[in-house]
Amino acid sequence: MTAPAFTSAPFVGKTFGVTVAHVTKKYGRTTVLTDINLEVQPGEIFCIMGPSGSGKSVLLKQIAGLEIPTSGEVHIGEFNASDPASRDQVHLALVFQAGALFNSLTVYDNLALYPREHRLCNEAGIRERVMHALQILSLEKAAGKFPADLSGGMKKRVAIARALVMEPQLLLYDEPTSELDPVMSATLTEIIATLREQNAVTSIVVTHDRDLAFNIADRIAFIMDGRIRGIGKPADFKQPKDPVIANFLNPVIDLKNPRFKQLENSHE
Amino acid sequence: MKFLTAIIGHIGGTLLLLVSSLRYATTLPRQFPRFIEQCYLIGYTTLPIVTILTFFIGSVLALQSGYSMDNFGAKQFIGTLVGLTMARELGPVMVAILVAGRVGSAITAELASMKVYQEIDALRTMNIPPERMLVLPRLAAVLVMMPVLAIIANLCGWYGGALVCQYTHSISVDSEAYFTALKLYMKPRDIVDGLIKAEVFGFVIVLVCCYIGLSTRGGPREIGASVTKAVVTSLILILVLDYFVTKALLMS
Repeated sequence: MTAPAFTSAPFVGKTFGVTVAHVTKKYGRTTVLTDINLEVQPGEIFCIMGPSGSGKSVLLKQIAGLEIPTSGEVHIGEFNASDPASRDQVHLALVFQAGALFNSLTVYDNLALYPREHRLCNEAGIRERVMHALQILSLEKAAGKFPADLSGGMKKRVAIARALVMEPQLLLYDEPTSELDPVMSATLTEIIATLREQNAVTSIVVTHDRDLAFNIADRIAFIMDGRIRGIGKPADFKQPKDPVIANFLNPVIDLKNPRFKQLENSHE
Repeated sequence: MKFLTAIIGHIGGTLLLLVSSLRYATTLPRQFPRFIEQCYLIGYTTLPIVTILTFFIGSVLALQSGYSMDNFGAKQFIGTLVGLTMARELGPVMVAILVAGRVGSAITAELASMKVYQEIDALRTMNIPPERMLVLPRLAAVLVMMPVLAIIANLCGWYGGALVCQYTHSISVDSEAYFTALKLYMKPRDIVDGLIKAEVFGFVIVLVCCYIGLSTRGGPREIGASVTKAVVTSLILILVLDYFVTKALLMS
């Protein structure tokens, strides 16, 4: 797998900052997010890190407007993400963890769906737009394939290409490098960083991939048990003072005293 | 109490889905290819099974009634009985049951799978309401295809009955006498009532199956559970609605 060629002109569009103010999310009696406050600047790459089950993806859903916070508010620019009418004013693209490609459509039609549904241009314009996005991600040859015929890495790249066709003002990524081999993971890291350089679009990346976050983030927020544990620049997280963050980012493998045994003992 | 609350919640959710789908009714002309695709899925793919089953239902009806009515010397009215029963009751109900099993299950499976694999979330982030793209074309298509299927079901049932009457030695009512009796006591209103029932059943089946599909949560196992739930709910609704719609039509 070679690194993708970024030969095309960048997508252009106004970008927005994101404000998350006192967001709490509960499912029944379970509190998943507690009083989350974040300020993401326009054009920034902001990484949200944390262990599995810490509430990262739930927070991303609140930002994308897919769920409404139990309390608190999310604003994208001046628009309220929880209000469908207001949220519709923002061109927002979310790259889902598993791609969330439409399995009944070819790669080309997956990308063409957004401009077709919103009648942004005629079929020739749509073709140009789609092929442009496919070219950016070196996916021209996959245009006629169905998602089921693609590898995990290609699915993620198609998902990013689909996001690009939308010319988003805010780009959200949910675990973009999960389930990928190290080379593909590095490639996607390069893709995300290069796209930001070309577009200057605000990007929020949810990940537990330390290398991804350190390589692309302007700032990182560490979330644990539904609470923000720390916010700072990547350099601040390289030698973290917080032992919980340090343990997550630089786990020590101790085969003589394994972690799962400690957990078992603590349950007893 | 919890069960009752859940039922009321589901009824409310289904009605909300209907309202939010109808809000996009004006977009239907530009969704014509999707509408045609759904007409094909609902109508054309259900046609063979509707034809075969209703033919044999008409045949069995004629056979059973021929056997019973012979005792009263009323064999000449078999055509009336088969005609009215197929047009007013068995035609629309059988078509609805087949549509629930064949189409409703497929709709729920497709939408539930889209929900579980986050395709519905992807649509929402793209500002494409699933109600507009996935529900509305199906509702429109079922409204067009149900009367067509019901008419075909009636014709197959009638001809099935005619064949049995003609060629069963113990009945021996020829086709001419059968169809004369069928026409004599049947009014256009009987057929129209049957078509109205088919429309109501079809619309409710598609709406409920879409709702159950779109409200699926969890993993692949829940897709199967949703399909079962959609088919069972549809069958119950068909039979419950049958009583009330029939009563309303008879009173009107």
